[in-house]
Amino acid sequence: MMSKTWQKPLLAVLLVLAIAFPMVAANDYYIYVMSLAYIMAIAAVGLNLILGYTGQLNLAHAGFMAIGAYTVGILTVDYGVPYWVAFVIAGILSAVIGFFAGLLSLRLKGHFFSIFTLCVGFMIYLIIEKSDALTHGTVGIIDIPAPTGIGPIRFDNTWSQYYLVLFFLVVSLWLMSRIVHSLLGRAFVAIRNGEDLAETLGINLMRTKVLAFVLSTFYAGMAGALYAGFVRFIGPAMALESHTFDMIAFILVGGIGTLFGPLLGAILLTWLTQSLQFLQDFRMIVFGPLLILLVMYFPQGLIGYWRERQARRAAASMQDRRLQRSVIGSQQEVSTNA
Amino acid sequence: MNIFFQQVLNGLTLGSVYALVALGLTLVYGILHIPNFAHGALYMVGAYMAFYLVGSLGANYWVAMAGAALVVALLAVLSDRLIFHRLRNAPPLHDMIAAIGLLLFLEAGIQAIWGAEFHRLAPPYPQIVRLFDLVAPAQRLIIIAAAFGLMFVLHLFLTRTLTGSTIIAMAQNREGASLVGIDATKVSVLTFAISGALAAVAATLFAPINLIYPSMGHLVIMKAFVIIILGGMGSIPGAIVGGLVIGFAESFGAFYVSTNYKDIIAFALLVLILSFRPQGLFPSGARA
Repeated sequence: MMSKTWQKPLLAVLLVLAIAFPMVAANDYYIYVMSLAYIMAIAAVGLNLILGYTGQLNLAHAGFMAIGAYTVGILTVDYGVPYWVAFVIAGILSAVIGFFAGLLSLRLKGHFFSIFTLCVGFMIYLIIEKSDALTHGTVGIIDIPAPTGIGPIRFDNTWSQYYLVLFFLVVSLWLMSRIVHSLLGRAFVAIRNGEDLAETLGINLMRTKVLAFVLSTFYAGMAGALYAGFVRFIGPAMALESHTFDMIAFILVGGIGTLFGPLLGAILLTWLTQSLQFLQDFRMIVFGPLLILLVMYFPQGLIGYWRERQARRAAASMQDRRLQRSVIGSQQEVSTNA
Repeated sequence: MNIFFQQVLNGLTLGSVYALVALGLTLVYGILHIPNFAHGALYMVGAYMAFYLVGSLGANYWVAMAGAALVVALLAVLSDRLIFHRLRNAPPLHDMIAAIGLLLFLEAGIQAIWGAEFHRLAPPYPQIVRLFDLVAPAQRLIIIAAAFGLMFVLHLFLTRTLTGSTIIAMAQNREGASLVGIDATKVSVLTFAISGALAAVAATLFAPINLIYPSMGHLVIMKAFVIIILGGMGSIPGAIVGGLVIGFAESFGAFYVSTNYKDIIAFALLVLILSFRPQGLFPSGARA
């Protein structure tokens, strides 16, 4: 692991880079793509809590993101609710639905949980697609208003929206770091490492897992709400499981169960997709095998790999020192004998 | 009476297609304990193969079915050898993600070749069969007869032949099977081949009364998962009974409740049943 003294300056540099990005970006389109990557990263950070830290493959995550986005879309477009009110409701609603879905699905373990959530996600998609009166059906919701200004700050251009999204990204990462470094975070990891052992340690399995699930769906809802205000068009396809698969790819590339893995993966893969634009729908011809090769040869992702190397190096240097000490020790022995 | 009979026929048709897909899924699960998310993509590839053989090469319907079964069986075996076999010691999460990778690849690959638009396989038997005052399209009767025939043959193979019983033995107890000299590699190759062939046959049977498109496998595979959860993972009779239950629930639900929401019925049933019985309807030993 990186040492604590390194961590803070590195984070500061990253933040400065992120703040400076719009000033060095060649055009507004790049800023737009980067903002989208950040929004996807927020959703992926949430998925990583249940997948990476708690070890449960939830395949309905995109469904919860869609619930957040549709809450904002329906409330602002059809009912004229101000954006920020809808924004808060979106997060709460996703978490509430997540709570009930979690209660039901977390009674199942391992494969069964994944299959069940796959079905839950598909139900969300079908309900959104079929409920014409509420969700505008297959047409989707268009002309969603951009986030309304707060005080003197307005969010009517790509620049200001970039900073808004960046703000939420920083807040989500900070919150996630507080969660995973707390006792609760350790309980999540304990469940991932072995449910029986975790239970023996006195962790209430069901309550802890549901909590992880609710927190992750809250992140998904927030990301969806941001997405609705940023892209300003949403369709039922965003609830599809292929969207969840994208997020899983982000997490795997960056590093599963690491704080910055999902962010790194989201940025890298979003730009990779942009540079593979000529492939369009066929990008999965590259992504699919990439996913397979990743789990086969590189299951820890970039950050995981880096950490592993650091750990190995630390272990090697420790061994060196021990070796030196023993050499010195034997020399001393020799000298005393002489 | 006639309308009721139509629904029974619809339910049987849907149910037998679902049962064939679920059978392949449950066989692979019984042997390897992998929920093969790519199974729906195999089903889809099967439909495209039949479409290609009939449409572009002018093959006979049944020849096309055999060809599709062969190609997809080969594809399934390759996926086992190249991916799942190598991941046998990895955590279950990795198997599932690899299966998802395979699914994405197959779908994008088919879409690259044939495009995203809908295709149709011309019905080989467009006749309508009349019996007293009951009317039935021949294709539906063929689906039902062929599916049940195939299930019967599979049953004979699994219970009456030595090769077949190695699959059952392996599903019951992996270590015990190895102890009595059953070759694990051979069994898993065989199982994947059967599961791929079943998916392709199901797709080819269903294709003349349905549309062919790259994401056609999504709904089918999810319903197949619902079926094997309800029927007990790895259980062969469970897959058949479960397939028929979902088929009937859908055809009657579509008619008496709402056509618009017919695809949700399977999932709603799953949610309902699992809320009261988290262990499924017919719990089997093989529960992860």
